[in-house]
Formats: sequence, structure tokens, C-alpha cells
Amino acid sequence: MTLKVSGIAASDGIAHAKAYLMVEPDLTIEKTDISDTDSEMTRLTEAMDKSKEQLTKIRAIAAESLGENEAQVFDAHIMVLSDPDLIDQTKTVIDNENVNAEFAFKQVTDMFITMFEGMEDNAYMQERAADIRDVRKRVLANLLNVTLPSPATIEEEVIIIAEDLTPSDTAQLNKKYVKAFVTNVGGRTSHSAIMARSLEIPAIVGTKDITERVSENDMLIVDGLEGDVYINPSEDEISAFNKKAKEHDELKKEWDQLLNEPSVTKDGKHVELAANIGTPKDLESVKNNGGEAIGLYRTEFLYMESTELPSEEDQYNAYKKVLEGMGDKPVVVRTMDIGGDKELPYLKLPKEMNPFLGYRAIRVSLDQDSIFRTQLRALLRASVHGTLRIMFPMIATLPEFREAKAMLEEEKALLLEEGVKVADHIEVGIMIEIPAAAVLADQFAKEVDFFSIGTNDLIQYTMAADRMNERVSYLYQPYNPSILRLVKGVIDAAHKEGKWAGMCGEMAGDQIAVPLLVGLGLDEFSMSATSILKTRSLLKKLDSNKMKELSEKALSECTTVDEVIELVNQYVEN
Amino acid sequence: MEKREYTIIAETGIHARPATLLVQQARKFNSDITLDYKGKSVNLKSIMGVMSLGVGKGAEVSITADGADEKEAIEGIEGTIKNEGMAE
Repeated sequence: MTLKVSGIAASDGIAHAKAYLMVEPDLTIEKTDISDTDSEMTRLTEAMDKSKEQLTKIRAIAAESLGENEAQVFDAHIMVLSDPDLIDQTKTVIDNENVNAEFAFKQVTDMFITMFEGMEDNAYMQERAADIRDVRKRVLANLLNVTLPSPATIEEEVIIIAEDLTPSDTAQLNKKYVKAFVTNVGGRTSHSAIMARSLEIPAIVGTKDITERVSENDMLIVDGLEGDVYINPSEDEISAFNKKAKEHDELKKEWDQLLNEPSVTKDGKHVELAANIGTPKDLESVKNNGGEAIGLYRTEFLYMESTELPSEEDQYNAYKKVLEGMGDKPVVVRTMDIGGDKELPYLKLPKEMNPFLGYRAIRVSLDQDSIFRTQLRALLRASVHGTLRIMFPMIATLPEFREAKAMLEEEKALLLEEGVKVADHIEVGIMIEIPAAAVLADQFAKEVDFFSIGTNDLIQYTMAADRMNERVSYLYQPYNPSILRLVKGVIDAAHKEGKWAGMCGEMAGDQIAVPLLVGLGLDEFSMSATSILKTRSLLKKLDSNKMKELSEKALSECTTVDEVIELVNQYVEN
Repeated sequence: MEKREYTIIAETGIHARPATLLVQQARKFNSDITLDYKGKSVNLKSIMGVMSLGVGKGAEVSITADGADEKEAIEGIEGTIKNEGMAE
């Protein structure tokens, strides 16, 4: 009988392929006494050589399929493998203690890992400790004659099954062959979910135990519309899903018709449907999905994908590419949002108990202003290549905004003095993600040019619920009347001062939230590019006056999120 | 034997890319090459050794090369140090 496992539907679509388990084999080792230490040394050397051979091969495949940058992770691993200290010390342990190679290698690598991890102020060392763990896994696997998963070498269509997918895991995946992701942990805003949406493949996260239910070579159906995985489905089920996939494709084709259509409601009210992007590479998807603007360019990838602080020139080139790529269409660039869950190995940020409530985003920028000023200069220089808007993240107080804006003005004056051209008028706004700023929006609105509501964080801060913690994930409630009231306050405050208000969280492309947001008068909706056409199609069915009535009713009468959903369903015909 | 002394001016010290480049450069030569910092001496051909020193900004370090190609080695390494802006 077919086994069905359910999770959180994180990315649309239906896929049917073989399972690929990205799960570690058992690498438990035992200590044994050895008399023939020479043969242990030979075993060690052979395992290291074999590991080096495998990594060299993986590196080559990765460079070809993923690009040179992604492949460089493996250079660090190969370097560790050929480290003379590591080899010499392991040999010394084998020789002096008459123990097996596995045990000696584990002991020596443990020592290095402990030493690096002990250097607490240094995130870079933590990462190198992780490199050593990675390399150790491979050497031990070779000593024990077991196989490690090596996603970089996949050469057939598969569905990836994993505990979770980190950015470095996904960097190793050949997108051509990966048809879907299913993970044990995570939510709609976790890395794997965002990645799946940008790749336009189905994904289901938060299944809790998919890695234990699925075995290698099982055939799977992933229904990313409902959040269900079917393990070894019957012929009937396969054909039923093929039909469903076809229907979904047809719906998508219908949406594709709207590619060059304006984003208007049934009664002709226009709103802007913009895209969230992370790198210039995402521009293609923005164009393919009819994005009218970039509502959020997350610049932290520039910092995260690099092994050192990106230079002004590198940043300028990236910003210029995006601005030129969009022509006259506006591009909202968010200044660096690092810290929180986004660590930078080369920037020594202290480990914190509550990183989401700690030293991150504008707080880092204002404190380490030389890094921030470099980014501002790059942005100002790029401003002549399109319609640039600058947005500061995690603003809690007006003095923070004023300080950031003053730095921007100072850098602009310096550039003009140097004879560098800068656009005349650049809108400067803030992201509303801290409840304090939402509550004080009327005062902020007098000084900023725009607001963009970052709902992922605004919801987690308002509900005091960590969005990475599955046990409290029920509190991630975008349609809770409390959130809607905050959103309304922000939009009204902007309009009162003649400014515009947008939204750049997941909520902006959510099919239940959109009718409410239209009713509340939101001007700009920024979302994953792949949600734009679906939202444009939904807009055409909505009457803005009726949606106004809906949102007023939701705010004045609804007490819970369920009541809001019910009300929306009454107002919006399918 | 060739020996040179440097004061590290790079924000990140000898970490990340600079550390990797230094080790790669050192591995090109046959001489024994060591990096000395705060009374500790490590093999400059070992990334683990170099990183274990935790050399930060402002550190006073010395590099010693000993062997047939010691002159080329010390020059080559100095080139990397200067190109990467680790020291002046």
C-alpha cells in the first residue's frame, strides 16, 4: 500500500521521480589495538588519497554544473586533506599508541575541531571546524568502506530527501536533475523553501521524519500543492497525479497569458506587482514572470557568497547589473541584513543567545559604518543606471533612520565632490519589520519616502514566536487581526503623508492575504517572482471596493485567524 | 636561512582567503617554511597550523624559510602578503 507523508507545502508543483537520500551513513568507529602499524599507515594514506580523488572529481563536476564559485568550497576540503600537520600527527598517534587509523584520525581531527571551535570570537574558525568535520566524514567513510551521499555527482532525475538543506547543500545540487525537495524540518520561509520557489520546483518541508520513511530507490510523488508525499505509488495514483500535474500546468499556462498585462483589479485599480531577488541572476525569473519592479533586492548574498567583504567595485557591478536589467522600472535595494541567522565567516560577529533580537542589519551597519559606507557608495554610484530606491532594514527608532540617512547624504556629497555622477533623486525608505516602527509609522512617514512591510519578521516579532521553531509554528499567522491592524496603520500613515507603502514578505503573494491587502490599500506587492502571475490572475477577480469592505469587516469583527480566513472565502469566489 | 618580519594590517588578520593563498604559495617551495607568532612556530604549508595561531590585525609575525630555494620562497611569500594587503 502506498504510504502518504504530509508536511508543509512550500513550493507549488507536482513531481514524480526516484528518491535520493541525503542522509549520512553510520560512521561509528571503535578503538582497536594494532601491532602492524605500517599497514595502518598505508590504510590511512590510501583512504586520504581516495578521498582526494573523490573530492577532485566532485569539484570538477560541481565547477561544470554549478559554477566555479560554488566549486571553491571543495578546494578548502582538498587543502585540509593534504595538510602535513594533520597527516604527521595522525601517523604519530598510530605509531605511539598502536591504534587503528580510524581512531587515530578521529582523535587528531577532534583536537583540531575543539581548538578551532574554542576560538569563540571567530566565526571563520567555526566554519573551518565544519570543513574538518566534512573531510573527516569522507576519510572515515573510506576507511570503513561505506559510501557518502555526494549530491554534486547526481546524474539522473531525483527527489532530494534530507533532514534539512543548507545553502552549501543546495549549492552542490545539479538543478537539472533535482525535481523536488522534501525535508524533515523547516517552514515556508526556510532556506530550502525559498530555494525551491526560485528554482520553480515543488517542495515540502517540516515532514518531521521523511528521511526515516523513505529508502534509497523508492519512487515518490511529491504534491507541492497539498504538501503530500506518496511513497511507491500505485499505477492508478501515478496516472491521477499526472492528470493533476497537467491541470496545474494548464493553470500555469493561463497565468502565462498575463505576462505583459497590467496588474489591475476587476474595477481597474492598479497595484504594483514586484519581485524579491537575491542576486542579479534572479533577473531572468523576474522577466519570465512579468515583474513590474524589484521590491526587495536582498544584498546580503553579496556578503554571504564571498570569503571576504565585497569591495565597492564588486558591489557597484552587481547593483548596476540589476538596475540596467530592469530598465526604468524601480529597484528597491535593501542594505545589508547580516547577523541573525545570516552569519559571515570573515566578520567576527559574536555568537548570541537571541540572534533575531540581537546585533543584525542596520544595527551592524551603524556600528561598523565603514562597511556600510562602502555599500552606500556603491549604491550611489550605481544610481545613474536606473531607478534606485534604498531601503534600511530593521529600523526600530527614528534616530536610527536619521543616522543612516545622514551617512548616505555624506557619502553622496563626497562622491559629488570627487566628480562622480549620482542620480538626482533617490527615494529612501525603511523596512517595517519591528512592531515599534509599525506603531510609530505616522511619525516615520514624515521623514521617509516609502515603507515596505517585511512580514516574515514583523509576524515573528509581533507574535513573539521564532519562525524557525516548529513547535511554535502555529503562531506564524499572517492573517491574524493583530497583524492586519499593524499593516493597516502603516499603510494609512504612509498615505496620509503622500508616501507609498509596499510589502515584501511572503504574505504579499499569499492568496488569502492579497484580497485583504488590496482592501487595505497596499500600493506595492513584492513576492517570489514565481507568485506574480498567480497573483495577477487573482487580482482580476477582485473588486477593490468590495475588498475594502472585506478588510474593514475583518478588522472590526474578526477575533481569530480562522474567522478572517472564513470571511475572505465568503468574499472571494473561486 | 631567510627570515622576514611583518606587522599584519589586514582587518581579518591571516584568515579566510589570505591564509589559503599563503599556504598555497608556501607549498610551491621545497624549503621548510615556518610562521612564528607569540612564541609559537607552525609549518606554513599547513592550513590547520596557520589557522591555529589565530593571527589577528596588529599581530607581529615572522616567516622563516630554510632550504635550497629559501630565497625564492621568502620573496614569493612576501609577494602574496603584499598583494593581499596583509602587511606593508
